[in-house]
Amino acid sequence: MSAPNHKAQLEAVLRAEKLGREVAGKTILSDISFDVATRDLLGIVGASGSGKSSLLRLLNRLDEPTSGTVYLDGRDYRQLPPRDLRRRVGMVTQRPFLFPGDAATNLRFGPAQRGETFPDAEIARLLERVGLSGFAASEVSVLSGGEQQRVSLARALANRPEVLLLDEPTSALDEESKLGIEELVGSLVQDHDLTCVMVTHDRDQARRICNRVILLEAGHLIRSGTAVEVLGA
Amino acid sequence: MLKSMFPSQIALGLAQAAIAAIMALAVVLLARRKNVHLESDAAIALLRGIVQIVAVGSILALLLKAPRWTSVFLLVGMVLAAGSISAKRAKNIPGAAKVSTYSIAAGAGLVTAIMTWAGVIDTAITSLIPVGSMIIANAMNTNGLALNRFRSEVLSHAGEIETALALGAAPEATVARYAESSIHSSLIPAIDNLRSLGIVWIPGLMTGMLLSGANPMYAAIYQFVVIAMILASSGLTSLLSTMMIRSHAFSPADQLVLRGAE
Repeated sequence: MSAPNHKAQLEAVLRAEKLGREVAGKTILSDISFDVATRDLLGIVGASGSGKSSLLRLLNRLDEPTSGTVYLDGRDYRQLPPRDLRRRVGMVTQRPFLFPGDAATNLRFGPAQRGETFPDAEIARLLERVGLSGFAASEVSVLSGGEQQRVSLARALANRPEVLLLDEPTSALDEESKLGIEELVGSLVQDHDLTCVMVTHDRDQARRICNRVILLEAGHLIRSGTAVEVLGA
Repeated sequence: MLKSMFPSQIALGLAQAAIAAIMALAVVLLARRKNVHLESDAAIALLRGIVQIVAVGSILALLLKAPRWTSVFLLVGMVLAAGSISAKRAKNIPGAAKVSTYSIAAGAGLVTAIMTWAGVIDTAITSLIPVGSMIIANAMNTNGLALNRFRSEVLSHAGEIETALALGAAPEATVARYAESSIHSSLIPAIDNLRSLGIVWIPGLMTGMLLSGANPMYAAIYQFVVIAMILASSGLTSLLSTMMIRSHAFSPADQLVLRGAE
């Protein structure tokens, strides 16, 4: 193993190594390798059906890779208890899937799974951070799509993840909400020292907020680098 | 009319079965006109039904001369068949047949054993087999309803379940409320049967007892006893099967395996 590679691997918070997934004899993903460091915002870009969301689901082990593995802080994630792994690798999906009740109930959900109480002051602080000051007691069913996605982001952050996975978090939102979420994600990555992997079909969005991009085609990684290198200016 | 045409009781029974089957098929054809296609399912079920019940009738005729303990073997056979049949309502859930068999065996077996021990069910083969089979059959239906409801609840809430998993929730906790609603809905027929007893329907067992000359008051009370036993065994079966099936919806790595196509 060469020295520079070894150094990169040590610095990587999340490293995918030769990841692959086959379902019923059909290859969904094949031989995907990349690494992501703290404060990196890696975009996964590709056409519909290229395997972007499937790849994201392998990163927090919602699905099982049929080949390869993922290292979190240098440790093979198969050695970690899945619940602990998912606490450390948070996920925000395209549809927020909020739990019935108010925003505070949703934010308390993750810590409650470990028997922890999430103080009201923390809830207020986190909601303020995502631009929803005073929304703690708001029923999530009456919130707008953009507001629901912000609650979903705050809910993931309440678990204090080291890595945040975002699966097309703005695809169901209007332009204004989309730009708001993009700005929020960018600042959260910096402020919380997060490592972020975001799936997007929107190449302009990837150019705007991702510092690195990988391009998938039919389940294969065909290019990787800065947004400009991969997608052009 | 049929009685004069068929002097033999067996021939009369077969003729009556043929007329009942024709009526059921007529309804199936009516449903077909409304684009509800039950033809193949209904035809196979009718054929299976007559073959199976005639086989059981023949076995009962033989068992009447056998020692009482032999009925246990027949009841065990019924539990195994019930487990396999109702597991088909839980397609794609690994281990559904085992869960169904264990749940029906525990639910129906326990209630039948306690009631036989208490003297509520007579140990005579002519009593234990028909009452036991009613308890097993209802436990099977309830189990099938519970698993089917659980399966569709999980499939339609896969997003919510995986969101909870992604937040670090324990797999069984993520499906707890779908299991509860499955238990509730699976018991609706058993509760409605008890609620409507005597008002909407007079069950077959009571009819049979009346035909064989039993005291109508005793026949009525005993029918209540049977329906209450059915509720107890169905409830226990449903509770056990939904409790056990929860863990089968997930892989050892806490991944939801019961999902739509990828």
